[in-house]
Amino acid sequence: MSNEATLHGHPEVTTHDVHLDEHGVHHHKETFITKYVFSQDHKMIAKQFLITGMVWAILGALMSVLFRLQLGYPDTTFPWLEDILGSKWAKGGHIQPEFYYALVTMHGTVLVFFVLTGGLSGTFANFLIPLQVGARDMASPFLNMLSYWFFFTASIVMLSSLFVESGPASGGWTTYVPLSALADASDGSRAGMDLWISSMALFVVSSLLGGLNYISTILNLRTKGMSMTRLPLTIWAILFTAILGVLSFPVLLSGLILLLFDRHAGTSFYLDKIFIASTQQALPNEGGSAILYQHLFWFLGHPEVYIIILPAMGLVSEVMAVNSRKPIFGYMAMVGSLFAICVLAFLVWAHHMFVTGLNPLLGSVFVLLTLLIAIPSAIKVFNWLTTLWRGNLRFTPGMLFAIGFVSMFISGGLTGIFLGNSTLDIQLHDTYFVIAHFHIVMGVSGMLGMFAGIYHWFPKMYGRYLNNTMAYIHFWVTFVGAYLIFWPMHYEGLAGMPRRYLTYSNWISFNQFADLNKFISTVAMVVFAVQLLFVFNFFYSIFKGRRVVSQNPWGSTTLEWTAPIRPGHGNWPGEIPEVHRWAYDYAKDGREFIPQTEPLGSNESAH
Amino acid sequence: MSTFFLLLILLFGFLITFQIAKASEYVGVLKGEKKNFEQNNRVNGFLMIAFLVLGLIGVYYCNELYKGKILGESASVHGEKIDTMMFITLVITGIVFVITQILLFWFAYKYQYSEKRKPYYFPHDNKLEIIWTVVPAIALTVLVGFGLFYWFGITGDAPPEANQIEVTGKQFAWIFRYPGKDHVFGKKYYRNISDANNNALGLIWDDPYSHDDVVTQGTMYIEVNKPVKLIINSRDVIHDVGLVYFRQKMDAVPGIPTTMWFIPKFTTDEMKIKLGNPDFDYEISCDQMCGKGHFTMRGVVKVVTHDEYVLWLVKQKSNYAEVFEKAPAAPGAKTDSTKTSVAVN
Repeated sequence: MSNEATLHGHPEVTTHDVHLDEHGVHHHKETFITKYVFSQDHKMIAKQFLITGMVWAILGALMSVLFRLQLGYPDTTFPWLEDILGSKWAKGGHIQPEFYYALVTMHGTVLVFFVLTGGLSGTFANFLIPLQVGARDMASPFLNMLSYWFFFTASIVMLSSLFVESGPASGGWTTYVPLSALADASDGSRAGMDLWISSMALFVVSSLLGGLNYISTILNLRTKGMSMTRLPLTIWAILFTAILGVLSFPVLLSGLILLLFDRHAGTSFYLDKIFIASTQQALPNEGGSAILYQHLFWFLGHPEVYIIILPAMGLVSEVMAVNSRKPIFGYMAMVGSLFAICVLAFLVWAHHMFVTGLNPLLGSVFVLLTLLIAIPSAIKVFNWLTTLWRGNLRFTPGMLFAIGFVSMFISGGLTGIFLGNSTLDIQLHDTYFVIAHFHIVMGVSGMLGMFAGIYHWFPKMYGRYLNNTMAYIHFWVTFVGAYLIFWPMHYEGLAGMPRRYLTYSNWISFNQFADLNKFISTVAMVVFAVQLLFVFNFFYSIFKGRRVVSQNPWGSTTLEWTAPIRPGHGNWPGEIPEVHRWAYDYAKDGREFIPQTEPLGSNESAH
Repeated sequence: MSTFFLLLILLFGFLITFQIAKASEYVGVLKGEKKNFEQNNRVNGFLMIAFLVLGLIGVYYCNELYKGKILGESASVHGEKIDTMMFITLVITGIVFVITQILLFWFAYKYQYSEKRKPYYFPHDNKLEIIWTVVPAIALTVLVGFGLFYWFGITGDAPPEANQIEVTGKQFAWIFRYPGKDHVFGKKYYRNISDANNNALGLIWDDPYSHDDVVTQGTMYIEVNKPVKLIINSRDVIHDVGLVYFRQKMDAVPGIPTTMWFIPKFTTDEMKIKLGNPDFDYEISCDQMCGKGHFTMRGVVKVVTHDEYVLWLVKQKSNYAEVFEKAPAAPGAKTDSTKTSVAVN
């Protein structure tokens, strides 16, 4: 690509540059295949990630609707379920236990990995990095293309596991051993589990190819003048996300490979002294540790939640500053807190394991480190609040989702202080309190951040706007609905109601919430319907939305809005713009905003 | 049929919403982009403050609605510490929650777009940033301090006089073992496990300590006001001994025994009166996903007085006795059957 010319910066050879650039933009004839399928254009790859992520989001949410149907209406029969799913999985119109556990497992896996990691990072890292740092494309467009196609293959393998006879993996998205290692302990640990492992392996490859590309692009392909401290916070967030992924995903892969050995090669990494009741057989394996798997899993699993939330934080910071018409407050503190979260993310994994018999002294170290994360998180929240303070807020759909994100992040972050405290975790571990916590702070916040990004950058992606009325309905129903679904779950958790139960009717301690469960399920269905409205709005607006007529519709300072409304491959038709200032000069010196490309005035100070 | 109608209604809902959305876009164009934007902004600004007010009322209402349905007074001494910790955390996080949510939506409402307002260029302020780094740090130090103090109290060694009971999880039930008069558990080995030979835990009959071990399933008996230490095992996959009223939880991991101890405060009968529920029982819930029967993995804990406990215990036959008293009582036969049981497994 012609980045070279710009990077080396020879101002005297401008004509040469332009020539190169035109060459860069127009030299290859694009067929349908190279443009839409095996595309190496980061913008098209971003859209591929986004749309694949959306398909997964619908499937994943649909799974949750199905199991909420069971949880909310345990005594009602739904004959149509049997018609659709067959008598093995929905006998007599009731979701069967095996299928219920398959659903919760796939819901978790799909939403965590395929939507909020692949869909979120894949979309915005690919779309925004080259456009916001001022590059023609990623450092390696080819690897970038491979990253998507590995993701796609992983998706197909995971999807195919839904159709094997013994059912998909059903030991929870964490697939704890020995349950996931022993075919005789659970049907989901048969072929479904092998497909799950294969799919995750492909996913890790995709994530590594993507992550290395993001890091090298951010570090090496910034345009002239774009120092690290002039980067928009989106890029910082994506950089830390990519670093987290590159360092932690291989650990998951290694854990899964050991699991594969235990399953098929007779090794005993995780297995020790097991007697299977269904076959009345003692297994030969001795000396392994089931807890080792949990360490390996959570060494990825915990950074994973930051892999989800950091990009959302970056998107929200950017959208919020633009629509407050005011710089993000405490830029360096925002970067610093992202860095702190990134480092701490690697040091807290065992807080998922307080009640596994972990040495209490070791547990106490993890309490300390876990609660430390609250400090950078608090800094971020206060900085967002101060960004709003004395701003001039435009409630674009993106902005609404950004504000919703902060509200959700506060609510979910605070309940994290309960769970990170090992004393309280004894009571709350594996109850609905945990479900409420991580759905609010990771699931809903992650989705709201993603929506903020989609609404904000849709005009850049497709040159059209999404319909505003549908967007407002989408936001308010989603936001209010998410609180209605997850807030009362805290109370179920405080009653000790365990997660992952098909029904609570046979329990004395947990059967007092039947009405609440029904309410939650009903709201969940409404919220799901509104997501379909969004999906409709998305695809309708790609073709029929209101056209974007100005190059910079939000009055934003960052580089992507200096590119043409519909940028071609290579992004800028002429030279790549040069950057002279940070990304947040809003309301400075009485001007509404000053683009990054504008040189500093003679008596103007940098921020 | 009703499903079909429901889908039809949904479809109509979509169509109507879509038409309204389309129409409002045209109206917006007719009204002029600026006016349309200002109007939308006012509506959303109002909704922000409305959400705040209704939301806070909703939080209060939800609390009123469910405070009777969550756990009441702790039934164990350890649980009291957890409840105190819960209270401290709830107060601190509650204050932060209310303040930050009010600020968020109040700012959103107050600083909504106005043609007259000039946004304030305020990129950073070191003093403010230090304040909101230090204040959370202090609050968290308090929480960590209390938390660890209680944590070490709860997870510390059980007092020597504690009754010991071994709890073993299997798909999908609980097995309990009491050490008998000698207060020592006999040795066991998982390859000796045989449900057919009534040796659910794989006890080694050659070890004399195992001879008085009592093994039961389903219900566990413990003494009120006396420390009890549970030694937790699993026969197959990971389970978790969850005792909600005692605020206790510990995983059952195959191959790695874990422990927990606590002092029950109320007998089952006292709790029945306290909760006004004659059907009440302390339950053991499995709190770690363990397979398709996870949600049925229920055990019962009977908390009884010292006398009742002793009486109950003497009435129990040891596992050894159950296995061998039915068979011919010749000493030779015993060793034989031990060998067979090993060979079979």
